[in-house]
Amino acid sequence: MAIPTDAAALALGGGPAPSLSRSFTDRRALTSRLLTIGVWIVALLASVPLLSVLYMLFTQGGARLGWELLSALPPAGFMPGGGVGNAIVGTLVMVGIAGLLSIPIGIVAGVFLGVLAPDSRLAAVSRFLAKVLTGFPSILAGVFVYGVLVLVMGTYSSIAGGVALSVLMLPTIILTTEQAVRMVPQRMKDAAYGMGCTRTQVIWKVVLPAAMPGILTGVMLGIAGAAGESAPLLFTALFSNYWLESLTEPTASLSILIYNFSGMPFPNQIELAWAASLVLVLIVLVFNVLSRIVGRPRY
Amino acid sequence: MATTFRSGDVPRSASQAPTGGEYIADRAFRGLAMAAAAFVIFLLAYIFWEIGSLAAPAIQEHGAGFLTTAVWNPSKGEFGILAEIWGTLYSSLLALFIAGFFGVGVAIFLTQNFLHPRLAYVFRTIVEMLAAIPSVVYGLWGIFVVIPAIRPVANWLNETLGFIPFFGTSLAGPGMAPAVIVLAIMVLPTVAAISQDAFQSIPYKVKEAAYGMGTTHWEAILKVLLPTASGGIFGALVLGFGRALGETMALAMLIGNANQISLSLFSPANTLASLLASQWPEAGAIEQEALMYAALTLLAITILVNVVGLMIMNLTARQHVT
Repeated sequence: MAIPTDAAALALGGGPAPSLSRSFTDRRALTSRLLTIGVWIVALLASVPLLSVLYMLFTQGGARLGWELLSALPPAGFMPGGGVGNAIVGTLVMVGIAGLLSIPIGIVAGVFLGVLAPDSRLAAVSRFLAKVLTGFPSILAGVFVYGVLVLVMGTYSSIAGGVALSVLMLPTIILTTEQAVRMVPQRMKDAAYGMGCTRTQVIWKVVLPAAMPGILTGVMLGIAGAAGESAPLLFTALFSNYWLESLTEPTASLSILIYNFSGMPFPNQIELAWAASLVLVLIVLVFNVLSRIVGRPRY
Repeated sequence: MATTFRSGDVPRSASQAPTGGEYIADRAFRGLAMAAAAFVIFLLAYIFWEIGSLAAPAIQEHGAGFLTTAVWNPSKGEFGILAEIWGTLYSSLLALFIAGFFGVGVAIFLTQNFLHPRLAYVFRTIVEMLAAIPSVVYGLWGIFVVIPAIRPVANWLNETLGFIPFFGTSLAGPGMAPAVIVLAIMVLPTVAAISQDAFQSIPYKVKEAAYGMGTTHWEAILKVLLPTASGGIFGALVLGFGRALGETMALAMLIGNANQISLSLFSPANTLASLLASQWPEAGAIEQEALMYAALTLLAITILVNVVGLMIMNLTARQHVT
């Protein structure tokens, strides 16, 4: 039986013994080189948009960055100057409400999926639906909360805006918490169980502290995403030209301000839209960078 | 004060059985955790029920014809979203085409040893940061950078190749092409990240086997690794498609909000999400109901696409285990 040599001959197309060296001008080597150049071009092109966006933000919006931008109210039609102070406050308040609602629920649900009953049917369905919700169009969260809160309360409000944002933050926090608590080594949990801890004590005293960097990463990412959202706020918080006075009235936000001002024919408003974008991107990037710092593995 | 313990005489051991109160607390917390996990299911069901009931009056009023006509005339009470359904699918497919090419290219670039690992980390961060830029900022950037940049190219294409339906009109300002470009940039991080996972989950021995057969670097990538990762990449594309369908603000600012069906890349169009965003602030009661019907349509399409994408990913993930 000479199967091995037959097989080898077949694999090589039945020709003579192969040459193991390869010349630079060989067609295959040349193709490889061209494709390498191609993939470099693709990667460089893919990084152009981010650099262009950041360049525009700093050149168009950087000039207005100052105390007036952060503290003044938006100007009317032809007025010069002005700032986006109320929009910054509104964005922070609504993101804060969203965090208060979604962080506790998200962490506890993530613990259920990752530690308490990872293989239960409830966990499987819940995990799948949380993943479905991550791809949920943000504007529909606004429509949902419009029906649930705005129609009932009779007014657009920052509470409604915060609730809409919390719907969008929740799946991120659940899924990253689950990932983080799963990374806690089993021997740490076993040691705690061996000492006679209840499951709740193991979770609060061992699992959550050990998983905290990963959980915080999810929280920061959730906050960064919520701060940049605008579509849901159209249906829930609307906009206001004045300072926030109560949580049950229409509320300004940076993203809606950018949307409104971008379509105006006044150069001052366009410039403010760029400056507001710069502030918004800086807020989002701060939380993104924080998520990378707190989430860095420590061991 | 140092205390010494003798064996058999340990006053307080570190280990102890839980007290009754701790048992109750344990029960309560586990119940709470279960409720939190069940809340996700409840939330999605509630979203469907709420948007469905908001849309119910318009469904009764307009019926299925709402989905197959292309009029939007609030003053006459005539509504149909065929043009928006077309615009949503067309823009998302085109964006996915671009984002798929770039996303898979970037994934290959970052996972197949083209770069020093530290440089690859920088590149990966740049692509991930694309996902961090808010939608409205992309819209603003699109208005003031993308539209002026592509207008000369678009109008040249229209003049010289205008007989091709894709280039059938000139680009006056907002339109399909700038919207698609910005949409592709926004979907790129999703596609690139999931594709990278797909490439990284291929066992190293698969690549070694390919090299052992004498393939070049790129023959191994294109003929062995890409087919192996194709399941994961396909899942990435479907999830990216889901993201593109629901994207709102950048499109509302860039697509031109015109109620028409056209193959041309340079004519204004509309999508379901941007119809909602642009019409809502000025809509009267009847138009609001019609918009709710459009929202329900968008919900059904995106949830369907997302479920299919996740199922594909789950299937391919299971294949790797066996």
